[in-house]
Amino acid sequence: MRQSIVDGAADTASSLAQQAVASGVAPLDAINHGYVPGMQDVGEQFAKGQMFLPDMMASAEAMRAAMAVLDPELKKMGAERPPEGVIVLGTTKGDIHEIGKTLVGTLLAAHGFRVHDLGVDVPGEKFAAKARELNADIVGVSALLTTTMRNQRGVVEALEKAGLRSQVKIVVGGAPVTRSWADEIGADGYAKDAMSAVELARELIGRKLQKA
Amino acid sequence: MRPKFELLDKPMLERILGEAFELIEDPGVRVAPYVVDLLRGAGITVKDGVAHIPEPLARRLLDLAPRGFCLYHRSGKPAVRYGGDDVHFDPGSSCLNILDPRTQQPRPAMAADLVRLVQVADMLPQYAAQSTAMVCNDVPQDIGDWYRLLLVLWYSGKPVVTGAFTGASLHTLLELVAIESGGAEALRRQPRAVFDVCPSPPLNWSEFASQNLVDLARAGVPAEIVSMPLAGATAPVTLAGSVVQHAAECISGIVIHQLAQPGAPVVWGGAPAIFDMRTGKTPMGAIETVMLDLAGTQVGKYLGLPTHAYLVAGDGRRIDAQVEMESGISAVLGALAGINMISGAGMLDFLACHSIEKLVIDAEAIASAQRLLEGIQPRSESLALDMFAQTGLRADFLRLKDTRTLFRKEQHFPSAVVDRGLAGTDGSPDVLERARQRVEELLSAYERHALPADREHEMITFAQREGKKAGLEGLPGIRALEYAGDRT
Repeated sequence: MRQSIVDGAADTASSLAQQAVASGVAPLDAINHGYVPGMQDVGEQFAKGQMFLPDMMASAEAMRAAMAVLDPELKKMGAERPPEGVIVLGTTKGDIHEIGKTLVGTLLAAHGFRVHDLGVDVPGEKFAAKARELNADIVGVSALLTTTMRNQRGVVEALEKAGLRSQVKIVVGGAPVTRSWADEIGADGYAKDAMSAVELARELIGRKLQKA
Repeated sequence: MRPKFELLDKPMLERILGEAFELIEDPGVRVAPYVVDLLRGAGITVKDGVAHIPEPLARRLLDLAPRGFCLYHRSGKPAVRYGGDDVHFDPGSSCLNILDPRTQQPRPAMAADLVRLVQVADMLPQYAAQSTAMVCNDVPQDIGDWYRLLLVLWYSGKPVVTGAFTGASLHTLLELVAIESGGAEALRRQPRAVFDVCPSPPLNWSEFASQNLVDLARAGVPAEIVSMPLAGATAPVTLAGSVVQHAAECISGIVIHQLAQPGAPVVWGGAPAIFDMRTGKTPMGAIETVMLDLAGTQVGKYLGLPTHAYLVAGDGRRIDAQVEMESGISAVLGALAGINMISGAGMLDFLACHSIEKLVIDAEAIASAQRLLEGIQPRSESLALDMFAQTGLRADFLRLKDTRTLFRKEQHFPSAVVDRGLAGTDGSPDVLERARQRVEELLSAYERHALPADREHEMITFAQREGKKAGLEGLPGIRALEYAGDRT
């Protein structure tokens, strides 16, 4: 299972999950001891420069294929895999670029987060409304252009206006975005790439839980 | 002979165009409601927001686009000739950050920074045009695009590469540049600016971009289509595949543009890049990015159209050997490719940051590229025999009249930014310090050439009126003294 994730072999990951179910392996055991270590390997190899973004996307797809088999089994048992956290994602108002945000969303989902993708050209109020509806832990705002990056500030303001700022962490990203920009607009974090976004999300949720 | 560099042979060019024409018909091109009636009126099928453009019609419209046009200096002289193999450079545009000249750390750009950059670019002959280089963070966002154009027009008479951030603001920018030109008709007759318009990859002309194309065509102001395929992310991973997409985006843009106003000036431009599979970034200094630019413009030239590309930018975060290596290589290759307008000088950090010091260093790379373009010329009747007839076998060429007459044509003399030993061997400052000194020299020598008083008055009145609507106090970057006469 672990290797199917590393190889990005969705068919193998899926058929191994079916075999596991058929042979009575507990779905949570398959996830936690079979597939999740594969995603961890992928993260480590990516950090070392031994894996590349297309490899990582394939691994995330393989993870999704395995979960498509295992999630319904968990539900049948009246259980579910507790999400690592709930994340609302989108590209900021005026910006229709989605590649970075989609990549981050795919990896977050593969690492066990529940991700709601609002798409592109999303105004701050929409981020706030969805965060309230889903009781989200994190709002992630992407921007590709220097001109639309400034609208990330509007998302921070919208969450403040909605009275959600203390409950929801805000993460910004995108090609022109820097840590100092994140600090300047009062965001909680900035990730330089998709894999770091997963680490950052874990860290922020950990901090949030500690506070609670 | 003028040196030339090409990446594609004729069969490959035909193959690229063949696939590009196929793409614009099937799967087609996503278009905005703004242009649906225009396209349908020409017999193009538009279904579910996707236009299916037949090749014969696209070819007819490509033939209508002008093969060349000029941008004019405020003085009325042609300053930029789009078309053929003419090569010009302008600074990169729309940066949010600037490398602080003192600390060399990035910080948000302000109106005063843009003014300094414009003044330096005005003084450097290597830059035939200005650009609206920075977003001024001390100016309200809603008026940011016309305000930076105001500053450029105020401080330089060179033509401008610019663009609007929204469909609505295009009209404000056009109004401003028309005031500076002495009216819309004067602007149409002698364009002072070219406006970048960007499709969204892959093959999507958004409402804002569609509107810009149509409105520019109807105003008779040149549009520069800046196609930005990201190879491996928003475009095929292969360079050839991305060049096909680039071509399809440019062709479909020209179709919309020429339907709006046949014969209106338009540029086949681009800012393609590879998508770095390790970081997801878009390295402008990568050789593959440069190859995409060269190949993309070669397709445009093959169709006989004016061209533009984004080069002379580096990816490091500070001025160092990497950034200048990347910038210098692409300046030379872009020039050899005969690209009409090469934007990007002064930029670093994946186009996120501008540096005026880098702009003056890049000017030296550009000057070398321009010298290279002059090639090796037969400057005298015999190449060497006459001179040998005078010197015999003595190493005495320095005394020859020919030497004195011709050395200035043969040798380019860089500024003190390039260390050629003029400062001696001891204590020569490093390149960054030399660039800083050069910037200060240029700024000291800069003199603003005022516009006719009535136009200045109208520009300031316009800026104060429009600025007030956005809550702007005063006019950042424009000293009160410079327009004091208008307030009496």
